[in-house]
Amino acid sequence: MSELKKSWLLHLGIVALLFVLQFVLPSYHHASMARIMVLTCYAMGYNILFGYTGLLSLGHALFFAAGMYGLSLSMQHLEWLAGPALIIGLLSGVVVSLTIGLLLLRTTGVAFMIVTLMFSQAGYLTVLYFGEFTRGDEGLVIQQELRSIAGIDLSDPTSRYFAALLLMTICIIVSLRVVQAGFGRVLVAIRENNERTRMLGYDIQRHKLSAIVLSGTMSAAAGACYCLLFGYAGATFASVQYSIFPLLWVLLGGAGTVLGPFVGTLFMFYLIDLSSGLTTAYMLIAGFSLVMLTLFAPQGLVGEIRRRGLRWLP
Amino acid sequence: MELGPYIILGLLEGLVTAAVLSLMAVGLSLVFGVMRVVNVAHGEFFMVGAVLAWWIAGSIEGNPALGFVAAMLLAPPLTAGLAVIADQLILKRIGYDPERTIVATIGLLYVIQQLTLMTFGPDARPVEAPFNNRLSIPLLEWTNDGLALYWPWGLGTTSYKIAVILAALTLLVAIWLLMTRTRYGLIMRATQLDRETALAFAIPVNRVYASVFGLGAGLAALGGVLIVPIQQAHYLMGHDPLLLSFIVVIIGGLGSLPGTIVAALLIGLSDGIISIFFSPTLAKIIATLAVAFFLVFRPQGFFGKRAL
Repeated sequence: MSELKKSWLLHLGIVALLFVLQFVLPSYHHASMARIMVLTCYAMGYNILFGYTGLLSLGHALFFAAGMYGLSLSMQHLEWLAGPALIIGLLSGVVVSLTIGLLLLRTTGVAFMIVTLMFSQAGYLTVLYFGEFTRGDEGLVIQQELRSIAGIDLSDPTSRYFAALLLMTICIIVSLRVVQAGFGRVLVAIRENNERTRMLGYDIQRHKLSAIVLSGTMSAAAGACYCLLFGYAGATFASVQYSIFPLLWVLLGGAGTVLGPFVGTLFMFYLIDLSSGLTTAYMLIAGFSLVMLTLFAPQGLVGEIRRRGLRWLP
Repeated sequence: MELGPYIILGLLEGLVTAAVLSLMAVGLSLVFGVMRVVNVAHGEFFMVGAVLAWWIAGSIEGNPALGFVAAMLLAPPLTAGLAVIADQLILKRIGYDPERTIVATIGLLYVIQQLTLMTFGPDARPVEAPFNNRLSIPLLEWTNDGLALYWPWGLGTTSYKIAVILAALTLLVAIWLLMTRTRYGLIMRATQLDRETALAFAIPVNRVYASVFGLGAGLAALGGVLIVPIQQAHYLMGHDPLLLSFIVVIIGGLGSLPGTIVAALLIGLSDGIISIFFSPTLAKIIATLAVAFFLVFRPQGFFGKRAL
């Protein structure tokens, strides 16, 4: 069996497994799993930029929040239906990531990280500043009867699970296609050696910009769907903490692997879920894991599996 | 009250901000200049300084001035010790790689912050200032008899705030003397210029790194001790100063000591003035956007020679 076939089989197998799991999971884990799958899409978007292109962003919450507020504000204040509002969410992700991306192209290394951090901080403060519309920290709640597309009620646990699975499947397919196509290979080449890739005649800036827009749009899609499926948009989702989370998930799962974001989100979600039952200081776990990961496992879980045997993992 | 006294009040508050900010930013800038490490956990060292000051001042009986002096003498070295341990356990082991240190210091930020939440608790706690006399400020005005002094109502400051400004000035001069006039400063500058050559001349670069990281954290902690009688100690208090000192260091040019101080004055004073006229959230939005654009279009800062 060729490596290409093997990787498609593995990823679609995982999707099938998650499909079957839906019938056996108890209701609490059923709801958690839907949440994890949506957040995985956010992490996968982050992984395109961090894992494959090697650009470390500290401000992805800006894109997540762009999708989330694009959807919720147009539903709340323009009284749009969920379908068109979802498209607005995606479009705001494209617009924000394209604008920020054009500015980010001028920076490299540490400056890139700080600029992303600053832009997302400005975004977070803007959400707070227009509290009249966004209701700041308190957040917006989307009415249950509005949360349906084509007659399917997305607030119902079963259809919510399927919608999350559908979104994650789309993101997996997009990631796999990107990684296998020439475009993805150029991104990896940029990560490994920027100058050599330039010398080979590739347009670095254009590839970087495409990666930023793709990554930002996937994050915005996750943000918009999160808001649609769980009916809530709050300023917390635009804060620094939500820029650090995808970094943590991707690092834990394995940067530059298609499955890493899912594995990382799954583990960290349950780790924080369990520890927040014990203490209010649950971010301690996140901080401690970040330090331990940089010290002992920079490859992450899936990266470690790839290094030790399954070399064909994309 | 007319506009004039408001502006003077704003400038005075701004000077206090600038004083504390310059201590913190010089610490951040030293760490970046010598070690090429962006320390995201710097704000937490500031917070640890303030919390330790509360703890030390609270455990010493008698005159509040005694407790405060003890806090000033003990809190910065303790925080510096903590930073040296963090350097040896974490940063040294990942070889000071720029991206990995940022991730590791983000982790360190959450660890320190959440441990403080678990032990110190979520409340803001005050520390009594060693002295706190009110000082009224006179203004000049034209009367029929010529120039005369008058005291507008509400225009004043406290002796403690003036002392903070003076203390910061003294410390900055001391740092400058340390960097330019001592053997230790020479070693630091040599390491900053060229790590490899410094190693070849038998400079113990690892020990220099550890001590610079400790010195930076100690300066942040000192800022925290100085501010705690004005602003209470709280486990999230490191967040805003971290952002501001990043702004200062970036505008001043990374690793440039005079640039950092000028930028701290600029940011502190404009923070004082802007917060009179605009909402603090809008002021912060403007400041963060300004820094982002600054880094995009002029990455070397006003005074710096090299880009980030």
